[in-house]
Amino acid sequence: MNPLLRWFHSLGSPPTFYRFATRWIPWTGFAALVLGAIGLYFGLFRAPADYLQGESFRIIYLHVPSAWMSLFIYVLMAIYGAIALIWRIKLCEILMMAAAPIGAMFTAVTLITGMLWGKPTWGTYWEWDARMTSELVLLFLYFGVLGLANAYDDLRQGARAAAVLALVGVVNVPIIHFSVQWWNTLHQGESVQIIGKSTIHASMLWPLLLVAAASKFYFLFALLQRARTLLLEQERGKSWARELALGAR
Amino acid sequence: MNPLRKRRLVLVGLLLLGIGSATALALTALSDNVNHFYSPSAVLAGEAPTARNFRLGGVVLEGSSKRDGSSLLASFAVTDRFKEVKVHYEGILPDLFKEGQSVIATGQLDQNGVFVAHEVLAKHDENYMPAEVADAIAKGKAQAGQTAEPKSY
Repeated sequence: MNPLLRWFHSLGSPPTFYRFATRWIPWTGFAALVLGAIGLYFGLFRAPADYLQGESFRIIYLHVPSAWMSLFIYVLMAIYGAIALIWRIKLCEILMMAAAPIGAMFTAVTLITGMLWGKPTWGTYWEWDARMTSELVLLFLYFGVLGLANAYDDLRQGARAAAVLALVGVVNVPIIHFSVQWWNTLHQGESVQIIGKSTIHASMLWPLLLVAAASKFYFLFALLQRARTLLLEQERGKSWARELALGAR
Repeated sequence: MNPLRKRRLVLVGLLLLGIGSATALALTALSDNVNHFYSPSAVLAGEAPTARNFRLGGVVLEGSSKRDGSSLLASFAVTDRFKEVKVHYEGILPDLFKEGQSVIATGQLDQNGVFVAHEVLAKHDENYMPAEVADAIAKGKAQAGQTAEPKSY
């Protein structure tokens, strides 16, 4: 077997994953902290104010990275869910359940910062337009996945039920993303383009991209930590978990 | 891949396909209701509902905005650069309300075809730039003798 593939396969074994997570948690946390501190400092204090919105545009440095993460994490969660349903890999069930609260947190931050920006900019905290409504539905989907995963006494059964909901909800992701193109909405279109020219000035864009990178590392940091705890809980009867708990490393 | 996993893979695929097409059909059927506002062209074409509230969206026409000195009455025209609708509004306009900027007004048409709004929201576009850049662009445009270009909303 190809060594990379073998390494990937071995990662599916709980003790190996536990060691992998323990090794990477400090590094991902450190990367998130450094990138986030630089990005937020330059975004919130150094970037020039917007010509129209003034200082209130700075909410973008929290809102947009959180919004990207809320969609990214949901897709990842659905992929873990699909793998858990088809191949019944225990680690994927755990990663799926570990990702849900982090995604829900980013979705909540997206909604709250959006409302705070909406009041001075639009003149209202909330409008039931397609973008805002579908993002709110995303938050409820995260809550549903969390609720289902915890509704069964058997964790693995709960994970499978949650995986089905995670998969069903994935149809909402393209709706959120394309809502501003498909329909007339109060929410504006995308400013940052992967292909083509972004409509946000470069001096405002680069701190945003740093915060976006920091949010990815923060997600890894939180995911590994949560997965490690869930893994230990589920494997508490196994000898490797006992040895670890007794302090023998 | 063993047959059990293959069957589950097919089931997951069918689940996604089914939900995806059901949602696509539902959204197509609902598309009129999902649109947040009507453009002036749509309103003048009679697509907007009469005798009930709806939202009108577009750009505030340059030179059309008038405010009453002693009350909160404001009047302006909303345009999509093809057609325009006159709007009357009494209340506080958002900070971003400006000629040439987009707004969404909620209200209904009166007998004279004037849109009487009870709420006006400013719609922000996707352009973010420092004031100096905005000034430079405005200056460049003035030098080139261009008038304000049609803004999408």
